[in-house]
Amino acid sequence: MATIVVEVMLKPEILDPQGQAVAAALPRLGFTFAKAVRQGKRFEIEVEGTPTPEQLADIEKAAETLLSNPVIESYLVKVEG
Amino acid sequence: MRVGVVTFPGSLDDSSALRAIRLAGGTPVPLFHASDDLKEVQAVVLPGGFSYGDYLRCGAISRFAPIMSSIIIAAEHGFPILGICNGFQILCESHLLPGALTRNQGLHFVCTDQPLTVENASTPWTSGYTKGDRLVIPIKNGEGSFQASAQTLHELESEGRVVLRYADSNPNGSKNDIAGITNARGNVVGVMPHPEQAIESLTGPSEDGLTFFTSILHSLVGR
Repeated sequence: MATIVVEVMLKPEILDPQGQAVAAALPRLGFTFAKAVRQGKRFEIEVEGTPTPEQLADIEKAAETLLSNPVIESYLVKVEG
Repeated sequence: MRVGVVTFPGSLDDSSALRAIRLAGGTPVPLFHASDDLKEVQAVVLPGGFSYGDYLRCGAISRFAPIMSSIIIAAEHGFPILGICNGFQILCESHLLPGALTRNQGLHFVCTDQPLTVENASTPWTSGYTKGDRLVIPIKNGEGSFQASAQTLHELESEGRVVLRYADSNPNGSKNDIAGITNARGNVVGVMPHPEQAIESLTGPSEDGLTFFTSILHSLVGR
């Protein structure tokens, strides 16, 4: 069994108030390392066996039509384990 | 004049929209997300709420509901559609309107009586207004910040496709203070404010919203 991971992030030019809120909270806990924070989503999709090129093409399609909104977000597909 | 209102799982303002259509003098027709039957309505309202729990992104899952396949085809043929709040988000996810609605700047859920300016009074949903009219209509959302590429914003502005703009102050970081837009053809309109909640002085801050519903009835008569 393999896990296909789709990571979805807001495009850099889109305001990310959630990331900003996290960046503002870190120093309150004494963590002063963060210059900026962007928050995204991670999908883990399990498939039987090694994913075929057709399955990966379908996942790309799903990532573009449902998992992300290309108007504001970009995505990255990776295969893990 | 039969005007439909779609109920999705998680819709909140469907009954208010049906009521607004009735008070405007139309025949309200309830439509259901799981059916692709538009029941011979002449226009459709996608109401506010949290369809499918707003999971994934607001409107992202509703876009694939059976009723939306009929609505998307109808929209492309000039059928009048009004999306209010979550309905606006669904129209953007369906690519019937450009841009996207994102988390409010400041992260707050904003619920307030919002001053607005009418920018486009030539759509079938806003024809009863005059350009420049000032309205007060409630907004109530957590993800109402309108975002679009610079090119899309330029198209919207240069083609007069901004329908409503926030007046006095911008409540959520929307680009160009945009509160509502229309498609190139003018039949599909999306607005974040809730006109169906401003139709009677007893329950709303004004009666300014009723004109959305009387406008569509007049537009349909004129067809």
